[in-house]
Amino acid sequence: MTKEQRLKKRHAAEKRFRLYGLTSILVALVFVLILVNNIFSKGSSAFMKTVINVEVFFDPELIEIENGAPEENIRESDFYDITIETLLKAYPAKNLDEENELIDLFTTDAEIEIKKAFLENNNLIGKKINLEITASDDIDQLHKGNYPRNLPEDRRRISNFQLKIYDNLLKNNKINKNFNNYFFNNGDSRDPELAGIGGALVGSFYSIIICLLLAFPVAVLASIYLEEFAPKNKITDFIEININNLAAVPSIVYGLLALQILLATIQLPRSTPLVAGITLALMTLPRIIIPCRASLKAVPPSIREGALAVGASKFQSVFHHVVPLSLPGTLSGTIIGLAQALGETAPLILIGMVAFVVDIPSTPIDPSSSLPVQVYLWSESAERGFVEKTSATIMMLLSFLIVMNFIAVYLRQKFEKRWN
Amino acid sequence: MNFVLIFLIVIFSSSLFFYGKSKTKSISIERNIKLNALPKFYGYYLVLWSSIPALVFLLVWSLFEPVIIKSIIIETAANQGAIFNDKNEANLIYEKIKAIHLGTYFGDIDTILKESAISYSKFLNIFTNSKIVLIFVTIIASVIFSLKKIKNNNKAREDVEKILKGLLFVSSLIAILTTLGIIFSLLFESIKFFSVINIFDYLFGTNWSPQRAFIRDASAITAAEYDELRDAFGFVPLIAGTSFIAFIAMFVAVPIGLFSGIYMAEYASSKIRRISKPIIEILAGIPTVVYGFFAALTVGPFFRQIGESIGLTVSSESALAAGLIMGIMIIPYISSLSDDVINSVPQSLRDGSYAVGATKSETIKQVVIPAALPGIIGSVLLAVSRAIGETMIVVMAAGLAANLTINPLESTTTITTQIVMILVGDQEFDSPKTQSAFALGLTLFVATLILNYIAQRAVKKYREKYD
Repeated sequence: MTKEQRLKKRHAAEKRFRLYGLTSILVALVFVLILVNNIFSKGSSAFMKTVINVEVFFDPELIEIENGAPEENIRESDFYDITIETLLKAYPAKNLDEENELIDLFTTDAEIEIKKAFLENNNLIGKKINLEITASDDIDQLHKGNYPRNLPEDRRRISNFQLKIYDNLLKNNKINKNFNNYFFNNGDSRDPELAGIGGALVGSFYSIIICLLLAFPVAVLASIYLEEFAPKNKITDFIEININNLAAVPSIVYGLLALQILLATIQLPRSTPLVAGITLALMTLPRIIIPCRASLKAVPPSIREGALAVGASKFQSVFHHVVPLSLPGTLSGTIIGLAQALGETAPLILIGMVAFVVDIPSTPIDPSSSLPVQVYLWSESAERGFVEKTSATIMMLLSFLIVMNFIAVYLRQKFEKRWN
Repeated sequence: MNFVLIFLIVIFSSSLFFYGKSKTKSISIERNIKLNALPKFYGYYLVLWSSIPALVFLLVWSLFEPVIIKSIIIETAANQGAIFNDKNEANLIYEKIKAIHLGTYFGDIDTILKESAISYSKFLNIFTNSKIVLIFVTIIASVIFSLKKIKNNNKAREDVEKILKGLLFVSSLIAILTTLGIIFSLLFESIKFFSVINIFDYLFGTNWSPQRAFIRDASAITAAEYDELRDAFGFVPLIAGTSFIAFIAMFVAVPIGLFSGIYMAEYASSKIRRISKPIIEILAGIPTVVYGFFAALTVGPFFRQIGESIGLTVSSESALAAGLIMGIMIIPYISSLSDDVINSVPQSLRDGSYAVGATKSETIKQVVIPAALPGIIGSVLLAVSRAIGETMIVVMAAGLAANLTINPLESTTTITTQIVMILVGDQEFDSPKTQSAFALGLTLFVATLILNYIAQRAVKKYREKYD
């Protein structure tokens, strides 16, 4: 091999090597794109719901109350007959089977929706109104194009008769898409068209607030102690090693800890944001202490010495000068730690947050779910409608995380002092 | 109740701030002496002394009160003739008594339960009253003590700083308490588990099927049942599955992560670096449940489809899908750590290599990477410990059945998956099945601890070398 050939070969190897590096970065970037695209294309349709326009006649024969009846009476009274009458008018059905199939096109909460429309007005007896009633999950998915209609009938969840009704309704412009208020207001449900993340949102909110209240002060105080006051001795070393190790303990181990100590020993209520918040706080604590210490360390010694020189005590120099200067870094570290806690699932599953909770929790000691656990729960469900719900929940979760990380970066860039 | 007490304590002690401040001012005027600290420090001194002892007392009391009341009630119920065979039944009766007291119990109430409920509310009353009285006494005692100190013109600032320093120290101890809590809660149940199952049967058994071991009373089982039990908790398939999936993940993550780390550190212009580094780190910020969803609903079926089209049977919960996605999750851990490590290799090493005519890639391969190797190995070990502790991806995308296989297209299970499966849903405490989850947790904890320790030592040693 001549010298030129060798050089050529070496330069080719150089180019290849460089290409490997670039390819790896591209692979990672492409994966981020695929993931985000996959979630968004599946999930964006969940923010709309399919509604069917029907004509409701509040027949005085079928209803026991009168115009202007007190609200309680209306709430307690039966709107079942009116509901059935209304739904059956949507399309002529010949026999009982067909009638049932027709009724199945609408959500199981149709009666509640009609009652709500009545409550809003309260003098509709004997009148007719046009009302948009939420469609059942199957029709919803069909209308959004997520459901193949060219399968043989026995492999479809929608019968031929139902398809015929759907086409007829579509032709008469009776089917629309509305904003899906249920997705944000409702708790969990077995029916995908009624299921929402309201309960999970509130549960996550409570958990994160409790986590913040517990973890933030303790983490800040602990890092101030370790960075500013701790003598260099065995105990301090031990605490430091401990914190580093805790930050790397798998999150599921914290779930076991919570199960044994918080639930079995102290007997706090299961499935509640309170327990979730405490568990997440224990888990987040070391993850906040590490950036807090780094930001305290970044404050130059001259600041401390200046304060000491004019007669401040050690405490005053730390609390009046060092801590305020380290605050941007501390806060952004805390927010990033909380963002991690918000996405954490495994320990929450162990403390029973997988329970099926329909009600939206009103206090932190009510059973509840949380956003990531809701993702897990729905992804295990068989109904097709839950796929888009899961993706939409992920979209919500990711947007919270993006906002939190953005705030953290902003705080750091805007307020952090550079010392060199 | 407790919240009201805390609120009252806080209100009371913060009002003492103003008292302490004005009191010391007037003392200094009266006696015409110079105070040893600014008046506000005397206020802080009073606040700390009046609140901390009472709050600590309240905390300790509320931790122990339910436990003590429970044991008293169960004992009195037993004395009155209630029959329970084990802890679970005793717990059940206790819950019933509590529900009767709260008025939320709608079953049959016999006289024993009724009597017990009455004595429960009696005890609850006694405990609450004595709690209030004792807190009151604590506050009075500590206020009298601190007032006396103030009147003697103590060095309040130093005293306040001492108390606060103690508070800081206690906060840093919480990390140790957490570790102790983890170790005790895992050990406690694991010891119970290993008292039934021989530790060697656990470590070397090749069959994992805990659902067979749903035995109520572990102390009274027959020999045949015991043999079955012994055979149900073999750890080998789990560690095999876990390492297998972690291996696939590393197979994906190490080359991609390492090469991107090298590219970022050595080749990329600062502009590319500024854009691509945060984007890769997004991968670390995405919740693992999202990866799990993606692996289970998109990647798994996709592999299955490809497999079908070329005539392979691919399980829809294949180890390959879970491992691949886990590998992608881990890329940023390896890339950013190895980026840091490579950056801290001194420039003089590179310059020496260039001086003898090596190209950039030759320098990287033969000088930079060997120099950075301990650090790189450390980052890979940290990534491995992430991979074996990762839960949601494998719960959602890997299988549940424990089969020993090295075919990546079949489903396998992992330690974390089994912990979740055992503890979700109905669980009986004190059954070997539930306890086995804690034994698995202990194994996982020890394994990650060892990996982290080695990794941190390696990285630290490496840093010291070039500092």
